[in-house]
Amino acid sequence: MSIFQSRQERFDKIENIARERILILDGAMGTMIQSYKLEEDDFRGDRFGEHSHPLKGNNDLLVITKPDLIAGIHEAFLTAGADLISTNSFNATTISQADYALEPLVYELNLAAAKVARSACDKFETAERPCAVVGSIGPTNKTLSLSPDVNDPSYRAASFDEMVIAYREQTIGLLDGGVDFLMVETIFDTLVAKAALYAISEVLEERGEAVPVMVSGTITDRSGRTLSGQTVEAFWNAVRHVSPWSIGLNCALGPIEMRPFVAELARVATCKVSVYPNAGLPNAFGGYDESPDDMCQTMTPWAQEGLVNVMGGCCGTTPDHIRHIAHAASQGKPRVAPAIPTALRLSGLEPFTAAA
Amino acid sequence: MTSSVNPFANFVIVGERTNVTGSAKFRKLIENDDYTAALAIALQQVESGANVLDINMDAALIDGVKAMTTFLNLISVEPDIAKVPLMIDSSKWDIIEAGLKCTQGKPIVNSISMKEGEALFLEQAKKVRRYGAAAVVMAFDELGQADTVDRKVQICTRAYNLLRDKLDFPPEEIIFDPNIFAVATGIEEHNDYGVAFIEATRIIRETLPHAHVSGGVSNVSFSFRGNEPVREAMHAVFLYHAIKAGMDMGIVNAGQLAVYDSIDPELRERCEDVILNRRADSTERLLDTAEIYRGKEGQKAAVKDLSWRQAPVRERLSHSLVHGITEFIVEDTEAARLEADRPLHVIEGPLMDGMNVVGDLFGTGKMFLPQVVKSARVMKQAVAHLLPYMEEEKQRLGTQDQAAGKVLMATVKGDVHDIGKNIVGVVLQCNGFDVVDLGVMVSCEKILEAAREHKCDIIGLSGLITPSLDEMCWVASEMERQGFGDMPLLIGGATTSRTHTAVKIAPNYKGPVLYVPDASRAVPVVQKLLGDDRQDFIQETREDQERARLAHFAGQDKRPRATLEAARANGLKLDFKSYQPPKPSFLGTRVFEDYPLDDLVGLIDWTPFFATWELHGRFPAILEDEIVGEAAKPLYADACAMLDKMVAEKWVTAKAVIGFWPANRVGDDIALWHDDCRQHREATFHTLRQQMIKGEGSANLALADFVAPEGHDDWLGGFAVTAGHGERERTMAFKEANDDYSAILFQALCDRLAEALAERMHELVRREYWGYAPNEQLSVDDILAEKYRGIRPAPGYPAQPDHTEKQQLFRILDAEAKIGMQLTESMAMLPGSSVSGLYFSHPAAEYFGVGRIDRDQVCEYAIRKGMELSDIERWLAPILAYDPMMVAKVMAGV
Repeated sequence: MSIFQSRQERFDKIENIARERILILDGAMGTMIQSYKLEEDDFRGDRFGEHSHPLKGNNDLLVITKPDLIAGIHEAFLTAGADLISTNSFNATTISQADYALEPLVYELNLAAAKVARSACDKFETAERPCAVVGSIGPTNKTLSLSPDVNDPSYRAASFDEMVIAYREQTIGLLDGGVDFLMVETIFDTLVAKAALYAISEVLEERGEAVPVMVSGTITDRSGRTLSGQTVEAFWNAVRHVSPWSIGLNCALGPIEMRPFVAELARVATCKVSVYPNAGLPNAFGGYDESPDDMCQTMTPWAQEGLVNVMGGCCGTTPDHIRHIAHAASQGKPRVAPAIPTALRLSGLEPFTAAA
Repeated sequence: MTSSVNPFANFVIVGERTNVTGSAKFRKLIENDDYTAALAIALQQVESGANVLDINMDAALIDGVKAMTTFLNLISVEPDIAKVPLMIDSSKWDIIEAGLKCTQGKPIVNSISMKEGEALFLEQAKKVRRYGAAAVVMAFDELGQADTVDRKVQICTRAYNLLRDKLDFPPEEIIFDPNIFAVATGIEEHNDYGVAFIEATRIIRETLPHAHVSGGVSNVSFSFRGNEPVREAMHAVFLYHAIKAGMDMGIVNAGQLAVYDSIDPELRERCEDVILNRRADSTERLLDTAEIYRGKEGQKAAVKDLSWRQAPVRERLSHSLVHGITEFIVEDTEAARLEADRPLHVIEGPLMDGMNVVGDLFGTGKMFLPQVVKSARVMKQAVAHLLPYMEEEKQRLGTQDQAAGKVLMATVKGDVHDIGKNIVGVVLQCNGFDVVDLGVMVSCEKILEAAREHKCDIIGLSGLITPSLDEMCWVASEMERQGFGDMPLLIGGATTSRTHTAVKIAPNYKGPVLYVPDASRAVPVVQKLLGDDRQDFIQETREDQERARLAHFAGQDKRPRATLEAARANGLKLDFKSYQPPKPSFLGTRVFEDYPLDDLVGLIDWTPFFATWELHGRFPAILEDEIVGEAAKPLYADACAMLDKMVAEKWVTAKAVIGFWPANRVGDDIALWHDDCRQHREATFHTLRQQMIKGEGSANLALADFVAPEGHDDWLGGFAVTAGHGERERTMAFKEANDDYSAILFQALCDRLAEALAERMHELVRREYWGYAPNEQLSVDDILAEKYRGIRPAPGYPAQPDHTEKQQLFRILDAEAKIGMQLTESMAMLPGSSVSGLYFSHPAAEYFGVGRIDRDQVCEYAIRKGMELSDIERWLAPILAYDPMMVAKVMAGV
């Protein structure tokens, strides 16, 4: 049983806490799952024993075939101090599940992902410690702004409309499963994110619900651009129309490399700012080297300087990392959004502001 | 009278030339599917200063949805165009929506209106919002387009209130277009159109907070089609007054904005009469004047700007140096020489002044390495022109000149890599230092002898492979023994580090030993060493090194290691009972005498190429990088041009040898058999096993684990490839022509080609020669991301850090006889641009790092290899988990 009677009640409590301190988002799901070295049979479980395609690596399926394992990871992050638990649904769209021929399962995957996260949260939630579920909406394995065919730069592997359909289904599953937030995350192509946000806004309107939306982009290298080429401010201009609850950055870089871009976002954003970096840049062997203590050291000044409202971890971060990040967060105060003058703010790959 | 910069502060220029309704040229390109030329027009608009790009595909013969989709998809992969926001312009909603679905930034929709009523207007506005766009709202209602001030203001006000009240549309994202219509048409009612727009603009801006006003400016001069000078003057006059009234955005020809003040006063006055409707006969008067201008080309042809050639010679030299232009350098240097008392004064005066500008720009991050190296090329050519005169003067007067200082540079014995060293040499020369470059594979004796002979002030050593680190220690200890006193020793190169310099090299020599991380650090270090603050600087460095040593010993990896026995017990146990290893298509070796270069170009991994030039970032994004993009782009263009030549004129020959042998794992070694009888052993590859403590389910890997044990049939492959035949000769030729830029560029490209050849051979092996992945379909990016089955680890790299394993490999491949590749005593490969390694086919084979290993394994490994323990410890020094010296002392009871 949930302590809070409604999503709204829990959200109100979280908003109150967010004024007092920096909220903690959980750490990596994917790399945690990897550490279990699961085999094909683990992914299949009994239900998919005869499935036509290999299922190893389909992490999103584990909410059905290994729900206890996923719940265990959620609980480990809750124990470490996370306020916000993201669902294991990063790839639960028809577009990404096509690799496994599991498109018909998408609604169920999202529903189950939300429920597993909710029941984990219920074990930890108290009236003073609301534990919220964040519906994770990943970027899919396709892009809309880049051509996969070198000979035809105008070609696109998917269309905006296909993306909207896929994201609608995911959104409905997550909402039915009771998520408190929706988070479009790890955005490397803003057009894909815009399709997700389009779908979310349609679905919420149809259902007559208001669910806060988190948006988190990914800077893929130190030049400070997304994979599709946008700068941080251009990215913010392109998604601010949905009035997100938070805007942020995650993945790809470690906290040291991410710092200037977080600062840039903190300068321009009119909503809350979230950040959950990797545990450093991947090393030569695909591992992540930053220790919990390293991340704590790097992220403490962010809290002290009031750059962020939500902190967490991405690839390579463990419950111990989250414990340390929570400690870093406790060293400072949440960001207060600056007053940004009203102006027409457009963007291509770069931002453009028309003087008022 | 034209200007390409925005003369109107706070005015948003929307480029109009990518609009098929306004440009016949653009329309024809789209009709003919010539998107390449259409993109060039878009780029021209952006380069001419368009802040936003207007795209319109509304024409009878064009499928608007398809054309909009194709063109916007093409724009989105052209960063020079895609950097600006788009204005998606159509009178058809489905075309607008198609455009919105291809736009990742925040665009403007042009336009929506109430011409079909409020309901549709609000529905479209809501979608515009959901797609995340701003909107142009045209002054158009159920009754038609507004042409008077009152109607314009009334419609815009009604639309504003609807958008605000019903949709909470952000007011700053509403842009009104109160309709610009043609004036001076001969129809009297049209004469007031200019004034009506301007007046309506004033009222809208005053009464509708945060909303903007835009318009299609070219419409106003429609009756003067064909007379560009008059049209431009009309636009300038119109904008001058409209902007004063509050118009803050306009759709204009971005390259053709005239400046109000620069218009011929008579023409300006007559335009003003027309626009502001000041006289009854203003149209006739403008028509009279217009005749004078007809046929004159309004727009200046874009020509190469050579105005800098008018400046005094001093400034011309500086310009050439800063911009890396060699075209006029000899001519200008000669002019400067004739003005100067002595040729040396040209160097010390204008040339050094110019190079100081370059140095300052480089130092403050405003210029980047490729540009600096180009500047150096200009400088060298200037100096080369002056040298004979200076020689002649020296003969005549018997004088000696003095440089700022002399630096000896060398790549140490056994190592052949010198791109980084060449770059440092060039940068030092740019700053007035004499550089004595001894080249590659220079023995310690030769370095020290040359340093004495040339009376050098500083010695700089470079090296890329790990054994070079030992050679550097040796040079340092020899400097100590031979009494070099306090001559500074600089250390640089890919495997060198601050810590290694402090811990291993510096203790061998009492003089100053300094680590130089990259070329940009070389100049300040050398300047300080030869300047007045030398002692302070050296003292600082010593203190820093002491700290580095302490930190090193304190932070040394003291994590426990697994014993070799335990690590081996936790090795990877692949199941070879149910797995049948694939058999290669042939056994023994196969040689590729002359692999076609053009087949390699597409496989080049450019990211490391830019890293060579100290430009960091991923290709191709780096070309558009805000900071280094301007340096990366011309460098890339130069590289592509040279690459074309290298291929067309076959500057280098690419050769490869690959081979396959029956193989079995024997302990941690891999036995290669002569034939499938598996009786006669042809060679043995030795592999090292990870000894870090592993978590459950994670194995302590050795390469041998990927090969089946005896009793099963398995095979191993090997390869050696080079793209370096011809490299040395041409590099020398470039250097002799004082063109270090091309020399470095060329060497870097040879390296890339060798890597590309290694990728290509591996691909052929997977698909054909070993043939275990005949249907592999991987893009270049996937290949570079190693998404294939099987691995090709190289000796000296993390999976097998022992460089000496190359000896076996070269022997069985017969690489020297077959393709002319050799190993130096440090196991560096010759020619320099070469790659070698082993092929493993097992699907579970993966790249890993051996990490630090303990003495138990090293002792056993020495026995397996038949080498002295101390020998193998020297080769494996970078990965030893213990200090051999300490162990030796302990064992000797000291």
